[in-house]
Amino acid sequence: MSYRLGVDVGGTFTDLLLVNERTGQTWTAKVPSTPADQSVGVLNGIAKVCERAGISPELIEHVMHGTTVATNTVLTGTGARCGLVTTKGYRQVLQIARSFVPGGLGGWVIYNKSLPMAPLSCTIEADERVSASGEVVRELNEADLRAKLEALKAKNIEALTVSLINAYANDSHERRIAQIAREVMPDIPVSLSSEVVPEMQEYERAVTTVANSYVRPRVQRYVHNLTTKLATQAKDVKLHILRSDGGLASASSAQEYPVNLLMSGPAGGVTGALWVAVQAGFPNLLTVDVGGTSTDVALIMNGEPRLRRETTVGDVTVRASSVDIRTVGAGGGSIAHVPELTKALRVGPQSAGADPGPAAYGRGGTEPTVTDANIVLGYLPEMQRLGGDMELNRGLANTAVTKVGEALGKRVKDAAQGIYDIVNENMVGALRLVSVEQGHDPRDYALIAFGGAGPLHANALSRLLGSWPSIIPPGPGVLCALGDATTAVRDESARTFIRQFSETSAKEVHKILTALAKDAAKSLEREKVPRKEMRFGYQVDVRYKGQGLQLTVAVDLDDLLKRGLAAISGPFDEEHKRLFTFALPLEHELVNLRANVQGRGISIARPALAKGTADPKAAAVGKQKTYMDGRDYTATVYDRAKLKAGNKVAGPAIVMEMDSTTVILPKHQGTVDKFGNILIYPDGYQAKSKAAASRRAASSKKAPAKGRK
Amino acid sequence: MPAKIILKNKKPMKKVKVDTVTIDIIESALRSARYEMDTVLFRTAMSPGIREQHDEFPMIANSEGKMVVGQFGSFIHGFLAGYEGTVEEGDIFLTSDPYSVNGAISHANDWLAMMPIYKEGRIIAWSAMFGHMTDIGGKVPGSLPTDARQIYEEGVCIPPIKIFQGGVLQTDVLKVILHNCRLPMWNLSDFNAIIAALRTAANRCIEISNRFGDDLFYSAMDEMLERNKRAMRELMRRTIPEKKQYFEDYLCDDGMGMGPYKIACSMWREGDKCIFDFEGTDPQSIGSINFLLNEEMFKMFAGVYMIMVFDPQILFNDGFYDLMEVRIPKGTLLKPLKPAALSCRTHALGRIFDVLGGLLGLGNPAFMCAAGFSDSPHFMYSGYRANGEWYQLYQIGFGGIPGKPFGDGPDGHSLWPAFTNVPNEFLESYFPLRIETYETIPDSGGAGRFRGGNAIRIGYRFLEPGEISIHDDRWLTYPWGVNGGLPGMRSKKIMVRTDGSEENMPSKCDRVKVEAGDLLYFDTWGGGGCGDPLERDPANVSFDVEAGLVTVEGARRYGVVVNEDGVVDAAETTKLRAKMAKARGGVQLFDRGFTSIDELKSRCEAETTLPAPKAPEFTRRTAAVVKPKGKSKGKAA
Repeated sequence: MSYRLGVDVGGTFTDLLLVNERTGQTWTAKVPSTPADQSVGVLNGIAKVCERAGISPELIEHVMHGTTVATNTVLTGTGARCGLVTTKGYRQVLQIARSFVPGGLGGWVIYNKSLPMAPLSCTIEADERVSASGEVVRELNEADLRAKLEALKAKNIEALTVSLINAYANDSHERRIAQIAREVMPDIPVSLSSEVVPEMQEYERAVTTVANSYVRPRVQRYVHNLTTKLATQAKDVKLHILRSDGGLASASSAQEYPVNLLMSGPAGGVTGALWVAVQAGFPNLLTVDVGGTSTDVALIMNGEPRLRRETTVGDVTVRASSVDIRTVGAGGGSIAHVPELTKALRVGPQSAGADPGPAAYGRGGTEPTVTDANIVLGYLPEMQRLGGDMELNRGLANTAVTKVGEALGKRVKDAAQGIYDIVNENMVGALRLVSVEQGHDPRDYALIAFGGAGPLHANALSRLLGSWPSIIPPGPGVLCALGDATTAVRDESARTFIRQFSETSAKEVHKILTALAKDAAKSLEREKVPRKEMRFGYQVDVRYKGQGLQLTVAVDLDDLLKRGLAAISGPFDEEHKRLFTFALPLEHELVNLRANVQGRGISIARPALAKGTADPKAAAVGKQKTYMDGRDYTATVYDRAKLKAGNKVAGPAIVMEMDSTTVILPKHQGTVDKFGNILIYPDGYQAKSKAAASRRAASSKKAPAKGRK
Repeated sequence: MPAKIILKNKKPMKKVKVDTVTIDIIESALRSARYEMDTVLFRTAMSPGIREQHDEFPMIANSEGKMVVGQFGSFIHGFLAGYEGTVEEGDIFLTSDPYSVNGAISHANDWLAMMPIYKEGRIIAWSAMFGHMTDIGGKVPGSLPTDARQIYEEGVCIPPIKIFQGGVLQTDVLKVILHNCRLPMWNLSDFNAIIAALRTAANRCIEISNRFGDDLFYSAMDEMLERNKRAMRELMRRTIPEKKQYFEDYLCDDGMGMGPYKIACSMWREGDKCIFDFEGTDPQSIGSINFLLNEEMFKMFAGVYMIMVFDPQILFNDGFYDLMEVRIPKGTLLKPLKPAALSCRTHALGRIFDVLGGLLGLGNPAFMCAAGFSDSPHFMYSGYRANGEWYQLYQIGFGGIPGKPFGDGPDGHSLWPAFTNVPNEFLESYFPLRIETYETIPDSGGAGRFRGGNAIRIGYRFLEPGEISIHDDRWLTYPWGVNGGLPGMRSKKIMVRTDGSEENMPSKCDRVKVEAGDLLYFDTWGGGGCGDPLERDPANVSFDVEAGLVTVEGARRYGVVVNEDGVVDAAETTKLRAKMAKARGGVQLFDRGFTSIDELKSRCEAETTLPAPKAPEFTRRTAAVVKPKGKSKGKAA
């Protein structure tokens, strides 16, 4: 009998989900996180969940883990001291970046640029040159380089990056420099741009590879530490780390290419949300993860999260695939304020964070936050304990929100309603980025909300977007652990291959894709994934000759041989038309070719909820005065643990559980499904839903392409 | 005769009361729509100028044509006032003629498309966007001829026309236009991209209007304008003195051996009204450096600059236009008479920002930024490859951002919003050249408590014979420093031929032949310094020396004695600073790097190897309109 374990380490809690691989039976546990050394919390959790399951930790074979170590290293600026080797003439590649100044006309006046992750004082130039077509124009001057590396070593760097011009076309000089570096500084990890991201664009390649070096020592320490500790519990256990793109990396690959882990944590949430929603019958959905300072949103079409070829953390954007998650600075701790000159109501991006936190926490915060507004509106009842033990002080929330009310000349509850509405609008802005801006109609998607504060806003967001139902899964923390546990091992291999269609052939493309697939399968073979369980996928990035950005088109290898390159150009033109309303009579050009391979996921049997009647009154625990849509209502408060499958909860209602609270607005109704999800629809929606269903069906039939840069 | 607007639904919009939160919501929604226009454009445009460098500007205006979100202010009103014809549902207007829209676009390379957004027979809003076309035909590749004397030499010029009429594309018209361009496919796809962006904005406006109702949408936009007006009135009262302030700056030359040209402006406030008067600006050039400046656009520049310096939270729109009056004398460099050539207006456009900075700073020295990279220099390279294929590159350069009271200016960055460089690997794979050097120039940023950003040096190695054009400035006059800050380094261009000979190139030239193997160093200019360099923290100077952004010698401009490794000699530094402070005396408000234009010219050739430009000659036609006061060699402020 073997088990696998999903582990999500959050700011407050570490959630675990244990799965019996044969029966699909699951157990969950929640323990406090241990920020000083996260592995302590993980081990505590393992002990607890194993005790619940009545098994020995020895039986755990796979541990799947989403981690925020890489993310936090970037956000807190605590990465390694990085050395960088560039081509002569390009020492300042990170200093100049793309010359971009954010903020619109005159934005430079207030723009202070942050320092590059590899300091200029630790950047050296290699005397060498490769041309755009990959030929060596100038041989590498090894003696000169060796001397410079010695000098760099004396500066106590902790990691080294090599990123040379045109290395995507020919990596020989980068590899040679790595050899020399290993001789000069054997203990320093070396990252090569031609390995980390072998694609055109010197700045993006350099910054990505440097980011890899920057987070590498910390991630290495963490993963090594965790592996060692896990081994004391179960000697054959294999640790897998969730990657930003929703795939799994082995512990060794995670240590070598940690730049792929920058979105590891949020990707777990999306994967979990996907799993829950697909099970509930909604393969097209928008995910909304509302935390204390920010909200992460993503779009999933036909059960596949959209991927993006870049990852952004703080003000660092790198070229690494990630689930297309957009973050907006709007969360429970976002502060509302009224600027003196405009008298407008603004919410965020400033946040009260966890400390002092919202005014209602009583930890000295006096600025009105979104959480305070939710309290004033009655959405967070006083009997609710955030995270199980934190008391909310309604009086302090009222005082804080009153400040905004006075500045606007409004009653306190109207001010609170304003804050609630504006923050929802900010979240909708992010949701539009992943939907409307990518050519997707949000009305064709359901919306799933998690994170502590997600279910407070879900109903309102669904209404703004027309995305029904609003899905509120049970236990928002477990969702990420569930995502971790259900993820399949996945790897990908890519190369830049810029060719106009007239310069290549379907045969050649077929050959390269097949070779890439073989390469990508290697890491799965190392994980002992049987060949017959591997699922291969092929993608190419295409554009019109001379166009800048490319669209990603999924390729079927058989179709490619049968129809030739038309199997690529046809879907590309269609997608271009769908997104931009026109296609062009121009030659197509290939840019990147990619193959990915993944092992089989796991099937989990979620315990079905006991069936009840439509009437939820057995779960009702009280009444609460609320203010919704500018009117006073008395809402019924329910205990989620007591809800049964088939219960229909009519709004206005508040549903409480340990780590989240759900708001159901007037004229809406939440139905509890057999897995314990609450599905919120507006009253009378069923009648209209046919149109949406047919739209949804139509939209899932096309969709030749997915994931775009 | 103004345009005749055809509305099937004659019911006027009703002003209704709008809750302040609803206004905020509509404001965010419109702002998202504006960014969405950019996204659509970047993804589908084809010329590197628009696609990579983002030389384009979107806007959404209310039903009367006032800009509600955007950057450069609205030109709808000017267009409507001058357009002879009807505006009907399904129409999209296109123009590239600056003279027909009073300078809303300022050279014919900018294609401006405007779309009335109809909903149920009424116009609820306008969307508009303009973008720079890499080529529009004319006498030189890139269509920016330095030596043009009339706009007719500068390529195809499109008067305001309906390119879509009742929803139907006027294909024959488009054919005629494209037929005159060297890279018609780029123009076509950039055009398509602009139209797609306009339609995106239209869809969003209709959605918002559906959600809130037409009257409410209309009223909310009105309130957004009103809100901005209130904020700006307050801001102007606090920051614009009633006493007249005067500032002048220069364009170095016209590419025909004459210069500098003076741009002069006075600013004062009368009650709630702020007046900008360009009296004293030189007459129009006989060449192509004229900048047809739109008064409304200048208001936007001035407003945005104030907002950024004093309160960046304010969202800017056209609301405050009534609070400003802009006077530009006809026949001057900034209000040339048709058919004066306009293509190379980029330098004057950039210099306007230095003038503004100086003017506003005079009233509020503590908030003043230095002069910066006030230009977008162009580099062009074209010819036939060995296989007979035509190649043509148009690239915008970047330089030093000025030192500012809030921090150092970044090195080698763009002063223009959203602009980015073209990746060098991209250039090398699509054009016959190799970029051998791409770095900032140590010490090129002006010293100051906050230093100016460094200039960029790009070394272009040409791999095919061809021709290049250079459009640059600030090679003679300096990007000035403020409040004790020193000026930044000036620009220069050095051509190294295969025989090893070196030659300084003029800052403006066309049709310069290059051979395979020739190397051009294009050095842009640095930003001026802000504040007393002797007050800069020696640790920051040490950091810059270690980084190679300032040299050991350059550190002495800050009075800092430091070695190659960035180790500061504290005792020597104290001594040097005391000595320098004594020798210098107090700090100047402006440091222009020269005492008079004559003095500057007298050392021009020795310093730059290029002959000093002669005093500009003006045409009889403009001389009759403008009576310049004395010659163009005003003393430095």
